[in-house]
Amino acid sequence: MTLALSGKEVAAKLEQKFADSIIEVNKDSLLVKSESLLELISFLKTSPEFRFDFLNTITAVDYLEYFEVVYHLTSMEHNHSLVIKTRYYGRENPAVPSIVSLYEGANVQEREIYDLMGIRFENHPNMKRLFLWEGFQGHPLRKDYL
Amino acid sequence: MAIKTEPFVLNLGPVHPSTHGVYRMRVTLDGEVVVDIEPVVGYLHRGIEKLAEERTYTGVIPLTDRLDYISSMSNNLAYVLAVEKLAGIKVPERAEYLRVIMAELQRICNHLIAVGSFFNDCGAYFTPFLHMYREREKIIDLFEMVCGQRLTYNYMRIGGVSQDIPEEFLPALEKLLEQIHRSVDEFDLFLKENEILLARSRGVGILTKEKAINCSITGPVLRASGVGWDLRKADPYSVYDRFEFDIPTGSAGDCYDRYRVRIEEMRQSLRIIEQAVKQLPSGPVKAEVPHLVRPPAGDAYAHIESPKGELAVYLVSDNSIAPYRCHIRPTSLLNLSALRDMVIGWKIADLIIIFGSIDICLGEVDR
Repeated sequence: MTLALSGKEVAAKLEQKFADSIIEVNKDSLLVKSESLLELISFLKTSPEFRFDFLNTITAVDYLEYFEVVYHLTSMEHNHSLVIKTRYYGRENPAVPSIVSLYEGANVQEREIYDLMGIRFENHPNMKRLFLWEGFQGHPLRKDYL
Repeated sequence: MAIKTEPFVLNLGPVHPSTHGVYRMRVTLDGEVVVDIEPVVGYLHRGIEKLAEERTYTGVIPLTDRLDYISSMSNNLAYVLAVEKLAGIKVPERAEYLRVIMAELQRICNHLIAVGSFFNDCGAYFTPFLHMYREREKIIDLFEMVCGQRLTYNYMRIGGVSQDIPEEFLPALEKLLEQIHRSVDEFDLFLKENEILLARSRGVGILTKEKAINCSITGPVLRASGVGWDLRKADPYSVYDRFEFDIPTGSAGDCYDRYRVRIEEMRQSLRIIEQAVKQLPSGPVKAEVPHLVRPPAGDAYAHIESPKGELAVYLVSDNSIAPYRCHIRPTSLLNLSALRDMVIGWKIADLIIIFGSIDICLGEVDR
């Protein structure tokens, strides 16, 4: 059974290094500041204790007040998983850092989120729409689209 | 003396028999050798995730049929598991077993098509394919018996399945299992050491372990690269922890291994079904669930090992009758993320084989 690590447990272990970057600790997830997202995920991926070598999925949710980007990570070595969330407040040009440099599987998913939700991923190698055509107006998965 | 050559850009697809749907690749060629590819997707984008936000929780189930339309049962399962997790619904035992039987039959269906069309891509036009379709027809007859549909089954429900199996189902299934056993052995006998297959697929399109994991690749493609990761064992859902089965893996990570893994998985699926039929309890097939499900506010992530890999649904609820957000992890799309590295340097004829060996369904790539 894949062990879903609790946010509290992980936060306790990350405390010294990332004390300022963790905003909220939930039962099953960690809410982190987007500025330190890349560094934090990079640490989780490489540290021998966590070894989150596999990115299950990235997705985004529009809560009107803010956009939330959700990362599901799994370690195939230890068979445990963790959910990382980050937020962008406001509706104009939302952006979060890209994690393509860590996981290649993030490439198409981040493009998809940009296409449908309009969240830009900084330092993405090819930030273009994925499904819809260039010149399409708006981002359909946003709650205010229709 | 070297001859001066110029790169040539070829548009493969979207309407091309070897792209298995409406996938398009802009292939840059140097003579016959692939220098670069740029995938273009979205020709089948129907906005299923957006449509799901407008429907009730139960009303989304038919939409999931249209994702990977050759394994609708698995899609149904992933979605209903997510809703049940979100709403905390307990499913009756008999329904769990029926779900496993259907999901495993569906896996055999999918792999028959995957292997069959792979041989089409290799140039064995429609002879192996039609033999495998013949077997798939028999499975589909059974699906028709339980839910009246032959492609978009819409069989699973939140809290169980839509109806119990008819009386004649189990005898028919028993007969079918025996037939499929024989057919899989027969296919394997004819194809395993086929010289043309070996020449075309051995050592072609190698995907390394590290690359596969880094690219979020799952399913038979990952296992062919030597990673024994199967959610039925790694994170058992439904009642999969009660069955004995093996996880077939490859070693080289080439097209041949991917073909071998699929053949072996069919045998393992047969094993699971046999055990499930033996253990099948009696009782209700659907929990008492209100017509309009209203899960408490929150989010849930449920994943299953679909025939193509990890199929997951991420649901967000705002305590209304419709999902606030319904994200579907596109197995097929992610399995394609290493395609570029797998094909560069190979000939265009190999590109077709490598692409075919990944086994994608455009309904799921584009959603």
